[in-house]
Amino acid sequence: MDPVILSRWQFAMTTIFHFFFVPVTLGLAMFLAILETKYVTSGEEIYKKMTKFWGKIFLINFAVGIVTGIVQEFHFGLNWSEYARFMGDVFGAPLAIEGLMAFFLESTFIGVWIFGWDKLSKKGHLAAAWMVAIGSNLSSFWILVANSFMQNPVGYAIRNGRAEMTDFGALLGNPNVWYQFPHVVTSGIAVGGFIIMGFSAWHLLKNKPKNKEFFKLSFKWAATFALVGSVLVGLIGHAQGQFLAVSQPLKIAAMEGHWETEAPASFSVIAIVDQENKENSWEIKVPKFLSLMLFNDLTSEFKGLIDLEAEEVAKYGPGDYIPPVIISYWSSRTMIGLGLLMVLLASFAVWWSFRDKLEKQKWFLKIMVPSGLLPTIAITAGWIIAETGRWPWIVHGLQKIEDAVSPTITPGNIIFSLVSFLVLYSVLGFIGVKLMLKYGTNDPALGEGKGE
Amino acid sequence: MDLNILWFILLTVLFSGFFFLEGFDYGVGMLLPFVAKTDNERRAIINTIGPVWDGNEVWMITAGGAMFAAFPHMYATLFSGFYVALVFMLIGLIIRGVAFEFRSKREDPAWRERWDWAIYYGSLLPALLWGVTVANLMRGVAIESDLNYYGGLIPLLNPYSMFGGVVFLGLFLVHGASFLGIKLEGDLKDRVKKLSGKIWIVVVVLAVIFLVWTYFATDILNNPGYDGLIPAILAAVALLAYGWFQRQGKEGLTFICGGLVIILATVMVFSGLFPRLMISTLDPTYSLTIYNASSSPYTLKVITIVAAIFLPLILAYQGWTYWIFRKRLSPDSPDLHY
Repeated sequence: MDPVILSRWQFAMTTIFHFFFVPVTLGLAMFLAILETKYVTSGEEIYKKMTKFWGKIFLINFAVGIVTGIVQEFHFGLNWSEYARFMGDVFGAPLAIEGLMAFFLESTFIGVWIFGWDKLSKKGHLAAAWMVAIGSNLSSFWILVANSFMQNPVGYAIRNGRAEMTDFGALLGNPNVWYQFPHVVTSGIAVGGFIIMGFSAWHLLKNKPKNKEFFKLSFKWAATFALVGSVLVGLIGHAQGQFLAVSQPLKIAAMEGHWETEAPASFSVIAIVDQENKENSWEIKVPKFLSLMLFNDLTSEFKGLIDLEAEEVAKYGPGDYIPPVIISYWSSRTMIGLGLLMVLLASFAVWWSFRDKLEKQKWFLKIMVPSGLLPTIAITAGWIIAETGRWPWIVHGLQKIEDAVSPTITPGNIIFSLVSFLVLYSVLGFIGVKLMLKYGTNDPALGEGKGE
Repeated sequence: MDLNILWFILLTVLFSGFFFLEGFDYGVGMLLPFVAKTDNERRAIINTIGPVWDGNEVWMITAGGAMFAAFPHMYATLFSGFYVALVFMLIGLIIRGVAFEFRSKREDPAWRERWDWAIYYGSLLPALLWGVTVANLMRGVAIESDLNYYGGLIPLLNPYSMFGGVVFLGLFLVHGASFLGIKLEGDLKDRVKKLSGKIWIVVVVLAVIFLVWTYFATDILNNPGYDGLIPAILAAVALLAYGWFQRQGKEGLTFICGGLVIILATVMVFSGLFPRLMISTLDPTYSLTIYNASSSPYTLKVITIVAAIFLPLILAYQGWTYWIFRKRLSPDSPDLHY
């Protein structure tokens, strides 16, 4: 088997799995810090109880995110050493800075947060909660600075046979970062909110009178959080799409399954994509809508995959430059569809929470129990678009994926590591989710049991 | 001093911090099944490192990140060349990390026992494999003219490097024992002390053999101009002082000596390597050095500024957490969260 294919599978598998947990950490860290702030400023015990109760879900999730993150730090060297050699001068710095600025902060203060309830003043402990929230979100910033360079390389020169950084400010000011970073942070807010709503809805359906206030209040905060996150992630995503139309037209054309250049461009709602023949064999289209979505007018031209590929061939020589369209197209439909559904659900959730009519909507609560899966699936689809849409490049225009893999590793090596990670991650994922379900469905009235 | 030298020193600092802090974490994890008898005793031991292990592990992550940023060719050669060994290490670190969080989340004794073994093997594997890795760095590997090492796993498991792995593991064990000496109280602490007294004798013998072997098998102790002989002698003295203070019951000084052994041993390795990062056994000109493996001056400048701001901050707030959690633990302590 081909080391490139195997390494891509390993990267995809480990990264997607890692990123099931990371956005939850980003969102819940912030959610808990807000709840604890409310506790410290109002002095109401119920907020402390909420912080601690939801904190357990957070910590189980955090643990899996942390350990799978270790692999992330090293696999650019393990499987992609030619990439590390060619890009290290640019790409290594944000990773090192991520460690110095963000990982130390979140990992040191998570210990203080867990163990420090009785050792610090209320305000001191609250500060630790915010350090964790800031640290984890800051780490996403630095990794996205690195990822944005792969999407939209800036601030470099090709010298000494490699890409060398020439302008750190340009790396930070990369417009891609400023769409991607808020998109990721707000997606974390959304997923955090939906997960707490899910567990709270489960408890409200159980209808235990003594816990009712606790979970109604939790649901209300989570609903607000989820609505803010869902609306913002959608708006930012929309702006990001408009930016992609300029910076990575092939990616957006693949997302939209658009083969032919068209002015004004129609929006494909649903299609059967035929990558081999470079066409959609069947589709439902809305005229002019794509021009409106991407260019804010009803006339603009949208370049199709076929013309765009011809431009790439003229620029980089013969080759195949069209990303896997079926994957991009359906991932984008999934992401956008679920995003809209999230806005709808979160709006209802806020509406009924604030009018205190939530418990009567049994059907709605039932829908909400597994709703944490919606943002998780949407986020995964989003990353699949971002990463496969860059194909065939590992760094857009500079290095191809096939040239980036380590020359020293054998297919046997990679099968060994791929299978090991696959088994290990499956077991961890299973246990982690089971523990989260156990703690999320615990009775908060029971308080802190032995060994919890 | 140019920035290449500065980053060589910073890499030494990061690896020293990593081996010092995670060293006792690994040691504590490896001692766990041998000194604790009851579940609460096991919890007491795990909770000595409970609040700090995660922050400690970031030293390793950041050492890796800094290596990538400052010396990308070393990052590429080392991690792609030592692939299988490093995958084993990652597996160990993964199961260890979740084990801390998961083990006390259920009452079931079989559940807890499984995770305790995960902590044990998850500490042993990285301790041993880092030792094997460092010993191979000291000895050199067959790096070719394209800077790649194609040899795979088997040549890395040579007798010298395997022995180095065992010595590393032993040093982490005595270091972890001295950490437990300042973090535990009562019966449990006495048991650790008794056991570590025996381990110490073995480690002294192994360390002396390793130093002699190193003198003949590598040029680390006689690398012209920058030899590691002085830090090696100081490390040996610190290791002997460790045993002396331990017998005197001076727990703080024992821990300091254990830490000094780790740091001095790291300094020995790096000063013995200087200015090389990875030695080629095929041809000295194929070796990776702080110049042919480094990032551009501009990148080094950027990360120097960031490190100058954040390293002191990190030392300050991480040091502060050790102060917050300075209280000794016993099996009936109320501070057992894990």
